[in-house]
Amino acid sequence: MASDYKRIMQDGLWNNNGVFAMMLGMCPTMAMTTSATNGLGMGLATAVVMTASSLLVASFRGWISQEVRIPVFILIVAAMVTLVDLAMNAWMHELYKVLGLFIALIVANCLPLARLEAFAAKEPIFPSLVDGLFMGIGFALALTIIGAVREIVGSGTLFADASLLLGPGFKFMEMRILPPDTGILIAILPPGGFLATGLLLAGKRLLDIRAGKAIVMTGAHSVG
Amino acid sequence: MSARRRPALIHAVILSSFCTGFGLLLALTHQITAADIRLRAAEDLQNSLTQVIPPGLHDKNPAANIVTIPISEASRQVTVFRATKAGKVTAVAFELRGSGYGGEIRLMLGLDAEGRILGVRTLQHKETPGLGDKIDLIKSDWITRFTGLSLNSPPPDKWKVKKDGGQFDQFSGATITPRGVIGAIRGGLEFFKVHKARLMEAN
Repeated sequence: MASDYKRIMQDGLWNNNGVFAMMLGMCPTMAMTTSATNGLGMGLATAVVMTASSLLVASFRGWISQEVRIPVFILIVAAMVTLVDLAMNAWMHELYKVLGLFIALIVANCLPLARLEAFAAKEPIFPSLVDGLFMGIGFALALTIIGAVREIVGSGTLFADASLLLGPGFKFMEMRILPPDTGILIAILPPGGFLATGLLLAGKRLLDIRAGKAIVMTGAHSVG
Repeated sequence: MSARRRPALIHAVILSSFCTGFGLLLALTHQITAADIRLRAAEDLQNSLTQVIPPGLHDKNPAANIVTIPISEASRQVTVFRATKAGKVTAVAFELRGSGYGGEIRLMLGLDAEGRILGVRTLQHKETPGLGDKIDLIKSDWITRFTGLSLNSPPPDKWKVKKDGGQFDQFSGATITPRGVIGAIRGGLEFFKVHKARLMEAN
């Protein structure tokens, strides 16, 4: 049992990572990784929605019939996104001003839907919760890394404005790597997104091949 | 007959129950959050107004003194917030819309009774992070350079970025964003000139 959870976690973070293995959710990945902070913000918001919707789908999986499952999954993801959006606007308004733009975009991300279909619809509640959480964390990590690469190359900074997202205590994360105005602009424009993602993807494949791992691109495994 | 139709009916019932259930959940969330969200929006408006109209200029809250002026060509209205002191209008503030690189840029412009700029602030934008977002006061003080200027200072044909023959610096790597902002501010100054009489009426 414990090794199964370990495998779910490893899959989400590395082996079956939403961005670097399954290549899902490319739209927010490209749009929101102009800086490490933006990538982290989008990733965290997505992780919250994925965890909540995995939990809900796994709880209701006995009632959702095969024929209408996709509309129900989309309904659940959209409801969670709207709920997070309203609650943050009302009670975490400063954070909402920074993240608000990202939140509505989560509905258009196919990664949550893919995990609901491939995992939460078939598995018990707790493994689904772990899968949603770690797939979400894996997604957040991937977006932060792509954002960091694009930000260092394009703007010469790392985690700029992180204190606006995480609070004043995180001012120490804001770094300047290169002197001002030396950045290569293309990195933070749309083509830079494809370049950075492609190079990082190749890097992950190389690491996997070195470690003697077979490259697995799809599929969820069952638990129990 | 009925045996063949029944499965479809069941799926319809399942789907509609989920829709009803989550619809109710969202309606409930909306009910709980609506008042707080309205309050936050009012706070945001108040914040942006205090940034473009110094508090010394009014004895009444400008957020409460509103005139709406229709703009015929855009078929929309501009809401003008007026600061009054001892019954006289001392300053006005209204929202501007400029078009930037990533879409619409919303600004708040504050002017004194003579049409001099008291302050401009970016309220909302979708400009490229690290490039065009320098119009935001959090990122750079670029936007404060307009304070004290008016439609004749600099002269109207100098209300442009340097690249277009004007007198304002663009920032490195971005021209479209400052061009949009400066154009919007100039439009706001012209709007004030045209509607000055109506805006200065005390009531």
